[in-house]
Amino acid sequence: MNAKDPELLLEHAPLLQQGMSTPQAMRDVIYSLVPVTLAGIWFFGLSALLVLVVSILGAMLTEWVFSSAENKTESLWDASALVTGLLLGLTLPPGLPLWMAFLGGVVAIGFGKIIWGGLGNNLFNPALVGRAFLLATFPIAMTTWNPVSDVDGFFMVHATNLALPFMHVEPDAMTSATPLGLFKFEQEATPIINLFLGNTSGSLGETSGLLLLLGGLYLWWRRDLDWRIPASILLTVVVFSGILGLFDAERFPTPLFSLFSGGLLLGTIYMATDPVTSPITPKGAWIFGCGIGCLVVLIRVWGGLPEGVMYAILLMNAATPLINRYTQPTVFGRGKERS
Amino acid sequence: MNPLRLFHKSFDHGVHPAHLKEQTCDLPMQRVPFVKEYLMPLGQNLGAPSKSIVQIGQRVRKGELIAEAAAFVSTTLHSPVTGTIKEIGDFRNFDGNFVPAIKIEADIYATQQSDAGNPIEWQSLSIDEFIQEVQNAGIVGMGGAAFPTHVKFAIPEGKKIRYLLINGAECEPYLTNDHRLMIERPEDLLMGAEIVRQKLGAEETVIGVEKNKPEAIAALRQHIKPGDPVRLVPLHVKYPQGAEKMIIKTIFNREVPAGQLPRDVEVNVNNVSTVVAIADYFERGRPLIERIVTVSGPGITYPANLIVPLGTPVRELLRFCGGLTDATQEVIMGGPMMGRPIATLDSPITKGSSGILAFTAAETSRRKEYPCISCGRCVEACPYFLNPARLARLSRARLFDEMVNYNVMDCVECGCCTFACPSAIPIVQLIRTGKDDLRTRKETPA
Repeated sequence: MNAKDPELLLEHAPLLQQGMSTPQAMRDVIYSLVPVTLAGIWFFGLSALLVLVVSILGAMLTEWVFSSAENKTESLWDASALVTGLLLGLTLPPGLPLWMAFLGGVVAIGFGKIIWGGLGNNLFNPALVGRAFLLATFPIAMTTWNPVSDVDGFFMVHATNLALPFMHVEPDAMTSATPLGLFKFEQEATPIINLFLGNTSGSLGETSGLLLLLGGLYLWWRRDLDWRIPASILLTVVVFSGILGLFDAERFPTPLFSLFSGGLLLGTIYMATDPVTSPITPKGAWIFGCGIGCLVVLIRVWGGLPEGVMYAILLMNAATPLINRYTQPTVFGRGKERS
Repeated sequence: MNPLRLFHKSFDHGVHPAHLKEQTCDLPMQRVPFVKEYLMPLGQNLGAPSKSIVQIGQRVRKGELIAEAAAFVSTTLHSPVTGTIKEIGDFRNFDGNFVPAIKIEADIYATQQSDAGNPIEWQSLSIDEFIQEVQNAGIVGMGGAAFPTHVKFAIPEGKKIRYLLINGAECEPYLTNDHRLMIERPEDLLMGAEIVRQKLGAEETVIGVEKNKPEAIAALRQHIKPGDPVRLVPLHVKYPQGAEKMIIKTIFNREVPAGQLPRDVEVNVNNVSTVVAIADYFERGRPLIERIVTVSGPGITYPANLIVPLGTPVRELLRFCGGLTDATQEVIMGGPMMGRPIATLDSPITKGSSGILAFTAAETSRRKEYPCISCGRCVEACPYFLNPARLARLSRARLFDEMVNYNVMDCVECGCCTFACPSAIPIVQLIRTGKDDLRTRKETPA
């Protein structure tokens, strides 16, 4: 026995803790996005890299400015601002003027997160708040899509990227419609294999279905995402568009096309599963996912825009508190006939 | 039904902490030497404290009654040593509070051998006489809750017990006291179980042991004779497998309704140590005066499984185990998931002390807390299907009454939520605060 009593602490049990921490979960999201990000840069060249960097900068700078003095560096280390900036960047067109991408990052964190009280308190997904702001404010720039660049064009930066703030932007001579746009306005279907690999025009992180699914699998394996949400969204989209296809196979997209076109996979795997803005209860996750799936198909088919994933998720975000309230789990021993 | 039940029997939800039993699982039980002074708190059981029947200066023999039951939900106390009553008064309990206790000075000239008591003719006892005898023996649930065992045996009119469930899950990390008991005294365990089974009129004895104790399972299997109404069930290793309602769910797939007891689903659950104590009393006439304690954890020099007379100061046990290392920061009574911090090492081992664990900074320092990101890990960990994130948020806001609407009183404080939280929020601690407030206000007239 030691001569002196150690100064005993009275820390209350449990003293054991599993290994996962919130910053680690955020880092996992970033790791899982590495292939998608690299593919985006590969497809759309240096422009894509610039857009990503600038939107991340906008997000992290805003986080830093609005954090309390003692928390300034800490709040950057939890990596949530980095995730938001990166996710926002991945939803933007590669030819977007850089100042808009920066502003998007500022709005995503400022209006998407800080004004709600910071991490964990926001109702809407911050990256999508940033994107919704950009789409409402700069509709032309946000729907001007550049084609996939060839090898020579890799180091070419689009003239539109370097446009001065609030000046008139001359649209790029080389634009092309997204697969969803092509389908909606020209009734032209893009081959599924292109959608799967990602060499189509679109937002810079949404095109490769394969890499997005891989990222999702990694997050599922790390238990960072609630599998019920992607499962229910994808299932609803497949079933809903499959039923529509029974009525008119010409007019409505096939289920497979619906799955791999546009921002569905990016939104499903990375935005809808944002734990803060999705229901906490297992039953709630199913309802949330089905709601998103239905809204996506409704907006895409009958809406004025070719794409609807963003609004579908934001609308269901708004319903999350209500869903939580009505889907509390049945407490052990309180079920009607559980035993 | 959870489809996983097809692969392994288990309750739903729960967590998988590291087992951490390697330090002591192969160490045979060892008797600690007698020390100079013993402290017997009168309230070692749930319910009413016992009532002292001794005077200062009175000489007592080992095993002699020193305090009697004050009510039905109360039990007796016996002297753990031969010696003299030195003081009756208030002493510090392990949690730092003063509690009434009897201090006994051991007689240094007494041999302290256990008197061979008289076996009790249990076959002929009526159920009421049997319950009285169990109360006379001072036996309580020795898994940690210390609920008087005889109360569990009092089955109200119209209810019937079909299964006697012996709980050898020992799901708390580090603890190996039940493990060693099953390996070293399987015959007594089966004997005690048989006594209880016959007296309660149960059809079958079911022994549940987590699969991470293969030696215990083998030892018991070896002693169960074919044709015995005994079934041994190896259990999936998951915390809190040893929680009464969870082990019932695992083995019988029955859910004890909230606010009710195992007997409402025709089951009676007892810890293995409790059953061995019953065998000790009816076969050897020895009341509950000692128990097995695992002394372990990274802060202990020589971890051990010890047979300890009740009332032995924690300090003496630690001394026997080579003392605490310099890095020790905290000593816990019980397991690391549900145990409670010890405020003073002079406090004694009582009937409910299953382990003494010493921890260093690696375990006691909490990770930096982050805001709740509603990830739902606590919801998927809670074996009682509560919403711990919501409860913690309400407790922080001091909206304790609102917590009742979320069934906070069904929480058994197993700690799965805090274990699972990636943001390192002290969820179960916050819930405890709320429960304490609600309970205190209910008990205090306005």
